[in-house]
Amino acid sequence: MRVFLLYPDQDFQSDGELYPNEPTITPDLDLSTLWQAMARGDDFLREMSQRIILTRVTEIATIGYRQDVLQDSLDNESLVREIYSMAVSAIEREKKSYFGFFSRYPSAILGRSLEVMTIFVEILERLRALAETYKPQFKSSGFSRFFAMVIEELGTDYLIEIRRHLRELKFQKGLFMSVRLGPGNKGSHYILNPRPTTQRRRWIQRIAIKEPDYLTYVVADRDEAGARALTELWDRGIDVVANALAQSVDHILGFFIQLRMELGFYVAGMNLYETLRRLEAPVCFPTPLEFGAPYLGFEELYDPCLLLRRGESVSGNTLTCHDKTLTIITGANQGGKSTFLRSIGLAQLMMQAGLFVGAKSWRTPVASGVFTHYKREEDGSMQSGKLDEELQRMSEVVDQIRPHAMILFNESFTATNEREGSEISRQILRALGEKHITVFFVTHLYELARTLYDEHSDHVLFLRAQRAPDGSRTFRLIEAPPLNTSYGEDVYREIFEV
Amino acid sequence: MAFTSVLFIRPDDIPGVDVEPAYFKDLNLDQVVQAMTRGRSEYNLAPFFYTSLHDVDAILYRQEVFRDLGETEVFAQIHTFGQKLRVMRERLTQAEKRYYPYQKAAWFRDAVEVYCGAIDDLASGLTDRPLASSGLCSFREYLLQYRRSDGFTELLADTELLRRELGSVHYRLHLKGQRIEVYPSADDQDYSAVIEKTFHKFKQGAVKQYRSTFRKDPDMNHVEASILDLVAKWYPEIFSHLQTYYTHRHDYLDPTIGRFDREIQFYLAVHEYVEGFKARGRSFCYPEPSDSKKNIFAKDGFDLALAETLKMEPSAIVCNDFHLAGAERILVVSGPNQGGKTTFARMFGQLHYWANLGCPTPAHAARLMVWDRLLTHFERQEDLGALRGKLQDDLERIHDILLVASSRSIIIMNEIFTSTTLQDAIFLSREILQRIQTLDSLAVCVTFIEELATLSEKTVSMVSTMAQDDPTQRTYKVVRRPQDGRAYAISIAEKYRVTYDWIQERIL
Repeated sequence: MRVFLLYPDQDFQSDGELYPNEPTITPDLDLSTLWQAMARGDDFLREMSQRIILTRVTEIATIGYRQDVLQDSLDNESLVREIYSMAVSAIEREKKSYFGFFSRYPSAILGRSLEVMTIFVEILERLRALAETYKPQFKSSGFSRFFAMVIEELGTDYLIEIRRHLRELKFQKGLFMSVRLGPGNKGSHYILNPRPTTQRRRWIQRIAIKEPDYLTYVVADRDEAGARALTELWDRGIDVVANALAQSVDHILGFFIQLRMELGFYVAGMNLYETLRRLEAPVCFPTPLEFGAPYLGFEELYDPCLLLRRGESVSGNTLTCHDKTLTIITGANQGGKSTFLRSIGLAQLMMQAGLFVGAKSWRTPVASGVFTHYKREEDGSMQSGKLDEELQRMSEVVDQIRPHAMILFNESFTATNEREGSEISRQILRALGEKHITVFFVTHLYELARTLYDEHSDHVLFLRAQRAPDGSRTFRLIEAPPLNTSYGEDVYREIFEV
Repeated sequence: MAFTSVLFIRPDDIPGVDVEPAYFKDLNLDQVVQAMTRGRSEYNLAPFFYTSLHDVDAILYRQEVFRDLGETEVFAQIHTFGQKLRVMRERLTQAEKRYYPYQKAAWFRDAVEVYCGAIDDLASGLTDRPLASSGLCSFREYLLQYRRSDGFTELLADTELLRRELGSVHYRLHLKGQRIEVYPSADDQDYSAVIEKTFHKFKQGAVKQYRSTFRKDPDMNHVEASILDLVAKWYPEIFSHLQTYYTHRHDYLDPTIGRFDREIQFYLAVHEYVEGFKARGRSFCYPEPSDSKKNIFAKDGFDLALAETLKMEPSAIVCNDFHLAGAERILVVSGPNQGGKTTFARMFGQLHYWANLGCPTPAHAARLMVWDRLLTHFERQEDLGALRGKLQDDLERIHDILLVASSRSIIIMNEIFTSTTLQDAIFLSREILQRIQTLDSLAVCVTFIEELATLSEKTVSMVSTMAQDDPTQRTYKVVRRPQDGRAYAISIAEKYRVTYDWIQERIL
């Protein structure tokens, strides 16, 4: 029994590898705000949201597969939440039955397994009934496969058979087993036999020949060693079935655990969807394009984390560009440049996780990873200069980054003078460009921006944070050449109220 | 001549003592023998290593057996035989330790079965092998005869019959409450298999095992024993056969076979150890035992113990040659410290030790004297509690040595008289060497006193050497050459960095 709700053909591995730059992008893109909204206070959902968003997916088919399952979930919300709570309750009831489980004795293992299995069978029966009734309402291939699997694997006859065995394995009529002589004439090759069904006939026969067909030994009442020996004999008989039952319990538990993880992601997705819709923000399923497709376009793209923090609408950006690998963003301080960068990174990550994005539309090629390189506040460690620190981080990025990745720079390489910073940047940007890495570069390095602009490259786009003629900000970016000022004066005026 | 022993041709050579010879520690032989006999303590092989042979015939008898064992198939057959008898003894031990008679008897029968198999297999395995040694040939003859004997064939048949009978016993248990019912028939239906099949689909990818490990100890508890008693009542003939077998077959093991099993382990232990060295590029040889002549030699001899003590790669060990011609009797070894002199002296002693034991000897080729006594004097830690001084102790030990030494003895002296003045040391050493010359023993004398090398026509000078191109680099080669005095002084000067080059370099 496999869940397969996150991938068409494989389980989600909860201990799989995350993006190696996860510690960097988490704060840079404000991801924890996103996870918080998805989790609604549930630690498990938060953990799953985090893991799944940070696990690399680059297959368009997988992204589409998840989008369909998520759409089905949104259309059948209460049913999906019910299945999720069935998985949760199975796992919790199993945990409660933990008493005595550390015992290594087959009889303890069997007893405990029978108890848990009885609970599981009951939940599986409900799951099958639900699958039979509601399967037609679901359109995604993920849910269709899941329900079909439940119906096929858990047929009525099969569940009846299981229940019969669960009764039989209590051995209320005692235990029958066949034995041979092993080394030193000790019993060996113990085989557990089914309860004989012909006992009554034998009993009649016995009367007829007036002689018992068995010899009897009785362990005396106060013979403790004897009682232990008898238990051990019993354990030898049931060892294999105890193992089979315990492994089955593990497997079904594993199924429920997997179901809780994978379905949990969609439950978290529904949570986020509801919240964004309540805030009246546009939400859409994005269109992922093949690696390196020379297109990038979006409408009304906003930063969902900013929205979640503020609780009121934020402005969006719209852009369409062909064959641009580098976008240089200049312009007004506090003009929405950082927010813009974050909205790009978030949308890309959310798309690749199979979620909707905060925009009216979003079409971009899938990326092999999303990277950030932001200017950091000076740390107190004194270990290295600020430029050292920046270049050190850049070196870590280079260790991890691959072609067709996306990287967002925010005021990087400004810890030195403008000329040197520009030269470092130019070399880095050129190398990244040749490796087909999509770069968004927010900068105040006018010399860099200007020389790039003068080169008139077809692959470079220039955006500028807008300023209205009266000096107020729109927080929208426009396509425009770089300007030799960042409107620091405006900010100064605003703060000093002059 | 009827076969008795694969180690000795004369019954009076059989070892009685369990005491390490005095030279063992000095030559580091204790460590080698310990390594060789590792894992074979049950055979108590040490006395064989403590008992040297003293005539050529006895030595050749063993060399032949070693040569035969060099044939892979022969070695494998005999090795397997030894392993099987080990298994047999383990089962006998089981039988002894058990409490319930049916258990004892079953283990005993198992032991006998292993024994019969071992005999049968070895006899077949050796039948058409080309064997050259008189030791193994006459053992084979004995073995084949034994296998054909009525006693053995009857033992084998009875053991087999009993195995089949016990194998046919099967029964069924019904456990209910405190009752155990025993039925004399089995039910082949496996309910565990049914359960596994039903739950199979839930076992996919299961990693954790819940199978229990049951007591492996071979003892029965009283409940098991009681069940077995009931089983025995269902199968009375089989179990009475078992009892008779156990009571009547106690002396099944042939004493000559038993003795062979122990003695051949001496060969196997040495052979395995030596093969390990050969595989890593070291040569061994069977020295020509020389009864009277003293023109001995060895080519590429090495100290077997060095690899053991230093955990050295055998290929890294340096080999040395020596020879004595004409009147030469005494090798006087001098040269730089740590230059391999002591190792050379040990090697000389070890080679003679292995040769006299009839064993493969760590040298490429050799002719060595068959000796009556191997006498060593190596410096000892000063015993502070002893009243007598070190010099007195040295002299008393040497005195004891010279008291028992003969013209067929080998004497090895390592750095004697280091605790006295040079003048005293020269005087005493001369005196001692004179006495050895008179005895006509063979000797190695490691000394810092150069002039001993030229004492008479009986002494030969050997010198530890430094590399030609780098006088600070030791080669551990000891060569036959007159002492030149200079190399020694130079290397000491090197050590204290007062050579021309050094002084030039150090004074800026």
